[in-house]
Amino acid sequence: MSATLQNLVNQPYKHGFVTSIESDVAPKGLNADTIRMISAKKKEPEWLLEFRLKSYEAWLKMEEPTWPNVHYPKIDFQEISYYSAPKQKPKLKSMDEVDPELLRTFEKLGVPLHERMALAGVAVDVIFDSVSVATTYKDKLAEVGIIFCSMSEAVQDHPELVQKYLGTVIPSTDNFYAALNSAVFTDGSFCYIPKGVKCPMDLSTYFRINTEESGQFERTLIVAEEGASVSYLEGCTAPAFSSNQLHAAVVELVALDNADIKYSTVQNWYAGDEKGVGGIYNFVTKRGLAKGVNSRISWTQVETGSAITWKYPSCVLLGDNSVGEFYSVAVTNHYQQADTGTKMIHIGKNTRSTIVSKGISAGHSNNSYRGLVKVAPSATGARNYSQCDSMLVGHHSGAHTFPYIQVANNCSQVEHEASTSKIGEDQLFYFAQRGIDAEAAVSMIINGFCKDVFQQLPMEFAVEATALLSFKLEGSVG
Amino acid sequence: MIYPDSKIVLEVRGLCASVNGTEILKGLDLTVRRGEVHAIMGPNGSGKSTFSKILAGHSAYEVTGGTVMFEGQNLFDMEPEERARAGVFLAFQYPIEIPGVINSQFLRLTYNTVQTHRGKEELDPLEFDDYVREKMKLLEMSPDFLERSVNEGFSGGEKKRNEILQMAMLDPRLAILDETDSGLDIDALRIVANGVNQLAGKDNAIVMVTHYQRLLNYIVPDYVHVMEAGRIIKTGGKELALELEARGYDWVGAECKAASEAAA
Repeated sequence: MSATLQNLVNQPYKHGFVTSIESDVAPKGLNADTIRMISAKKKEPEWLLEFRLKSYEAWLKMEEPTWPNVHYPKIDFQEISYYSAPKQKPKLKSMDEVDPELLRTFEKLGVPLHERMALAGVAVDVIFDSVSVATTYKDKLAEVGIIFCSMSEAVQDHPELVQKYLGTVIPSTDNFYAALNSAVFTDGSFCYIPKGVKCPMDLSTYFRINTEESGQFERTLIVAEEGASVSYLEGCTAPAFSSNQLHAAVVELVALDNADIKYSTVQNWYAGDEKGVGGIYNFVTKRGLAKGVNSRISWTQVETGSAITWKYPSCVLLGDNSVGEFYSVAVTNHYQQADTGTKMIHIGKNTRSTIVSKGISAGHSNNSYRGLVKVAPSATGARNYSQCDSMLVGHHSGAHTFPYIQVANNCSQVEHEASTSKIGEDQLFYFAQRGIDAEAAVSMIINGFCKDVFQQLPMEFAVEATALLSFKLEGSVG
Repeated sequence: MIYPDSKIVLEVRGLCASVNGTEILKGLDLTVRRGEVHAIMGPNGSGKSTFSKILAGHSAYEVTGGTVMFEGQNLFDMEPEERARAGVFLAFQYPIEIPGVINSQFLRLTYNTVQTHRGKEELDPLEFDDYVREKMKLLEMSPDFLERSVNEGFSGGEKKRNEILQMAMLDPRLAILDETDSGLDIDALRIVANGVNQLAGKDNAIVMVTHYQRLLNYIVPDYVHVMEAGRIIKTGGKELALELEARGYDWVGAECKAASEAAA
């Protein structure tokens, strides 16, 4: 390929900067005392401290998973600081009170928060490092009984709800990183949609990791009661650091009878430089429980950042006729590694699931789809459709597919389709011969490849995602 | 048609080119004026397709000597997309499939890109839809072409029609048709040729590269060139094509060799 293709992808990370806000950072290392310290700092009830300590005990006995198709040096968990909070000022009531420095950070990210809220009517729970500093639109949502706040606030203000659902979808013993998160999570988002309420706006959170060497352990819990529905957006960027940062979030969704939860993510954390130095380790556990009849859990993700991504947003389809969906675009470039996919666990009768996964690998990167479709004996009449497509850009990237299908009854239907394609020099020459340069050509090919996923995204997210993909792949073809 | 004192569109002098170190073109000369239709014929491996790809700017070929002027500009100073915008059009022998990219979106992007370059108005999706449907009638194409992925799953004939449709949209100064007749049944050949004939005019020029005389029954050339071993060794009128069809290519080479020996 020609030099143009190379130059197209190789652009420096736009969001590479560190904001100088004083942080309150815990000393490095993890033991029961660290956990007690976190819990005390956050003035948590006794049951939550117990939950943390139990998780920690479990974690000590667990081993780091080695089955993902990713490679990285061993993480020293005693070299990580487990708590970092911006120096606390009095509680803020409006955006006007937010540190101007913080607001400038969002400006640099190209997401002017106030404008975004005004234009899109999006309520944004601003997470800066591990502690929420401002929450908006809360009152408006409260009118219809929706609770949307930081996890810390939820623990203080709605302990009974948190206690009822926390860890019910992803038990703290689920896996190594979920156990670690359960022990040390510092904050996150909590969202509760009461019976019969359709959330009137998309709920959105911007995550940002800001302190060098601080692990980030977010905890998100969304509960939709009977007949409720909500669309939740998660978007992330992070500053460019030379050393790796660990991110091990846990997201739990619970949908009761006839409830509907749509969870969309655009992930653009620092991916390391073009030689593969630095970047975020993104080891995330996300799972939704379609608990009630006719409930629906839908995951849409656009994964473009992180040095390593290890993430399988999953659905447990417990209620009869419940529906699980997973729409994913994962882009890797340079030396990024992604091992991502989903699990669809069919338990209820006539449950249905759809998986659409699009992997794009450029540079020297490796992109793996890993997915499990499991149909229990009880899930009679279950149906699954999976489509996994890979696209290679250049000559040094890799695409891998690891589908696992387990069907334990004889009246279910499971379909799996897969394809691999490559952006070839001949395609680009064809575009060029019609007057279209390589950049526009790649953008058009990629958007065509991803359109089944993009059309699942909320409108403004879809526009962002399209721009982000073109930006990520600039210079990779040629 | 040959017009007296017509402007030169393409002037090729002593063109030499190679691919992977093998020399394919060895001093090719050709002059094409506005309004003219040229046919380049020759046996397999004579360099016909290489020549058309070099004019379009394919990166696999290395130009090692000679000059090519297009409308007074050095063609080799222009990137492939710049050549296209300036009016060089190549109808591909094997049009490329682009899965996932919808034909109508592709056609509109290429149309608007070229229009913008020529200082003309872009068309919005609705206007373009009217425009392209009108052009499709010329090639007797069904509207469902617009909704399919570019060339994906098209039959040979459908691909070639899609090429000529793009030629009709982009209104090139110089259209190079590379083996456009290959893979066409007789009906498709008639439709495609009819399309090309309607597009030929006094302001543009057409260079057809072909194996067989068959196409030339439908698109009648002003000049027929015989290419062998990377050079044009004989030029004549349309009757030369009929002679080639009857006698094959060998006699041209032999005649040429005898002539050069006599000259020596």
